[in-house]
Amino acid sequence: STSATNEKTNMLLMSVWSCFFGQDEEDGTEMGEGDEWMQGKTLIKPLDQLDLTEAELKEEFTRILTANNPHAPQNIVRYSFKERSYKPISSVDQLAVHFVLEGNLLHQDSDEARRQRAKQGGEDAGDVEEGGGEERADSVESKVGKKEQKITNQFNFSERASQTLNNPLRERGCQTEPPPRANFSATANQWEIYDVYLEVLQKQEKNKEKAKAVPKKDDDKGKKKMMLVETQSDDITKVAKVAKIIERMVNQNTFDDIAQDFKYFEDASDEYREQEGTLLPLWKFQYDKAKRLSVTALCWNESYKDLFAVGLGSYDFTKQGRGMLVFYSLKNSTFPEYIYPTTSGILCLDIHKHLPYLVAVGFYDGCVAVYNLKEETLQPIYKSTAKSGKHTDPVWQVKWQKDDMDNNHNFFSVSSDGRVVSWTLVKNELVFTDIIKLSLAGAVSEGPEGVQLPIMACGTSFDFHKQIDYLFLVGTEEGKIHKCSKAYSSQFLETYNAHNMAVDAVKWNHFHTKVFISCSSDWTVKIWDHTIKTPMFTFDLNASVGDVAWSPYSSTVFAAVTTDGKVHTFDLSINKYEAICQQPVVAKKKTKLTHIEFNPVYPIIIVGDDRGYVTSLKLSPNLRKKPKEKKGQELPKGPEVEIAKMEKLLSLLREPENSNA
Amino acid sequence: IATFLGRKLQPRPQNEVEETLKRIQGQKGVQGIIIVNAEGIPIKTTLDNSSTVQYAGLIHQLVMKARSTVRDIDPQNDLTFLRVRSKKNEIMIAPDKDYFLIVIQNPSD
Repeated sequence: STSATNEKTNMLLMSVWSCFFGQDEEDGTEMGEGDEWMQGKTLIKPLDQLDLTEAELKEEFTRILTANNPHAPQNIVRYSFKERSYKPISSVDQLAVHFVLEGNLLHQDSDEARRQRAKQGGEDAGDVEEGGGEERADSVESKVGKKEQKITNQFNFSERASQTLNNPLRERGCQTEPPPRANFSATANQWEIYDVYLEVLQKQEKNKEKAKAVPKKDDDKGKKKMMLVETQSDDITKVAKVAKIIERMVNQNTFDDIAQDFKYFEDASDEYREQEGTLLPLWKFQYDKAKRLSVTALCWNESYKDLFAVGLGSYDFTKQGRGMLVFYSLKNSTFPEYIYPTTSGILCLDIHKHLPYLVAVGFYDGCVAVYNLKEETLQPIYKSTAKSGKHTDPVWQVKWQKDDMDNNHNFFSVSSDGRVVSWTLVKNELVFTDIIKLSLAGAVSEGPEGVQLPIMACGTSFDFHKQIDYLFLVGTEEGKIHKCSKAYSSQFLETYNAHNMAVDAVKWNHFHTKVFISCSSDWTVKIWDHTIKTPMFTFDLNASVGDVAWSPYSSTVFAAVTTDGKVHTFDLSINKYEAICQQPVVAKKKTKLTHIEFNPVYPIIIVGDDRGYVTSLKLSPNLRKKPKEKKGQELPKGPEVEIAKMEKLLSLLREPENSNA
Repeated sequence: IATFLGRKLQPRPQNEVEETLKRIQGQKGVQGIIIVNAEGIPIKTTLDNSSTVQYAGLIHQLVMKARSTVRDIDPQNDLTFLRVRSKKNEIMIAPDKDYFLIVIQNPSD
């Protein structure tokens, strides 16, 4: 404010001076006495006025008005113990107190006021009560006064409370029976998952089949029956398969040494015996119920190399009774795998090469039958009857053939009634076709009414050529062997005067296509080349020969069994005149050996006798010799070798034979 | 015309299994047969009770383990049988889907 006035004064002065003396106020010239009366007022410059230049006079000074107290200190510092230094205080009190006056008013409700009031009131009425009562009177007075002046709540608040009855608490519960629990635990392995998938797959397939198949009434009934049977049956039947395995295991243990021999034993002493070999007895197969029957047929199964079939019956004309078809496995020699009792004695059997469950059987009463091993029943699935062309005489041999053009299975049979018949399995029937009738050449008999009937020869054995399908040989009771063809039904291609008695067996060689062997009750075994009418080899075995068989591994090895209980094994490449092994095989001398078969794979043979036993024997190494090649050359393998071997022998024979003949 | 003989005539005898078991029991050196079901409970036995229970329990575990091993290696494979040969005898176990058969044999008897 003072600075403003200064400025105003300055301006005024300057304006006054300028109007009178132009711009020369700086001069400050003194006014003469003459000009005094022109000017009413005269400005007097104070003596201590600052002399400023015009520029300095015109200078503007800025003054800012603030509310700050100019007397307030601006740089108070306080010591801060935290930071251990002096710190300026940020805010300073700007309050400037100009005037303070203490008043002497009291609020009427304050303590002091009350006291004073009380004092005044007490002095007025204090004469009545004195001394100690004064205080009490004061207090009473104050109370009374207070009562009268009770302070009430602004809102007239009143509190009311009441308590209701609390219901007594009671606990009630009920318990149910816990649901039945079962602990379930399972593992999820890869194979368990696989099993489940398989089950589902099987179910699906079953459903598909059911959808496709037309249900027959019989089948339905049958199924119902089967179902009933299953539910009634004991748990035991489910163990059947396992029990079989166990039985085989137990047998393996019991006959452990035999099993080891079968697998591994090679008679070392054969090296010292130049040419001879031996037969090592292995298992012996017998069945209780077959004791009085004799083995009439043996056949190995082509697919299951340890399974073979035994046909049981009787060769004795007077003692004809029942028969049996029994299957054994090498794995269990104590009990047969399959047993089929038959009403008539079996004389021959053959297992189909490709279908190991089909078995063709020929009976003594002339019937032929086909069994299916897969079926649960003990009856054959096909059986020929009198109406359907069964033979009128015992059937001596049956043989499966290749499926015909309609893919039906068929087999041939030969019988003493002189017929070679072909049987075809057509759906539910067994259809027969006469292939050839064996008529005795030249012999004619007088029939009724003078008609001349050809006498039939009795066929006792036959064999089909391995390669040439239509070619087969038939041996007859008269001792002749006829070479026949399936195509020609009335004529033979060739006839060989083979033996003096019935031809018991005729077999083609497995390798050489021209060679066959025949044996007879006339004690001889003869080997033939079918192009030549006389035998190549003849062997006399000193006893009626029951059966002869070529070995499957060599074209020059064959074995024959005789009624004196011996097995004769020959190897023509080693010894052309004698057997390299002649061994009695059965214990009791009176036992006649009836049949012999080589196992297609293992070096064992089975021999059947007339007491119902089948003995298995292992061939020693000498009996299984392969041709030795010269050193340095590779051992050729395969059937060609065998054929060549035989051919060599035969060629040796032919020349001397030509000279002999 | 040959007849197709009915299938229902004379099915295989039901007691085939019984006979098989009898034959096994009659074999040389066989000491006992136990049939155990899938849960490890013996259902038929020719041994005394305590031995049966012991065999059943112990062998059950062994068979499960063996079978699991074989099948883990190849799920299409399955255990056919198991032989445990010891000094005194041989325990043969043939497992099935629902049952297994245990035979104890002393082959040198």
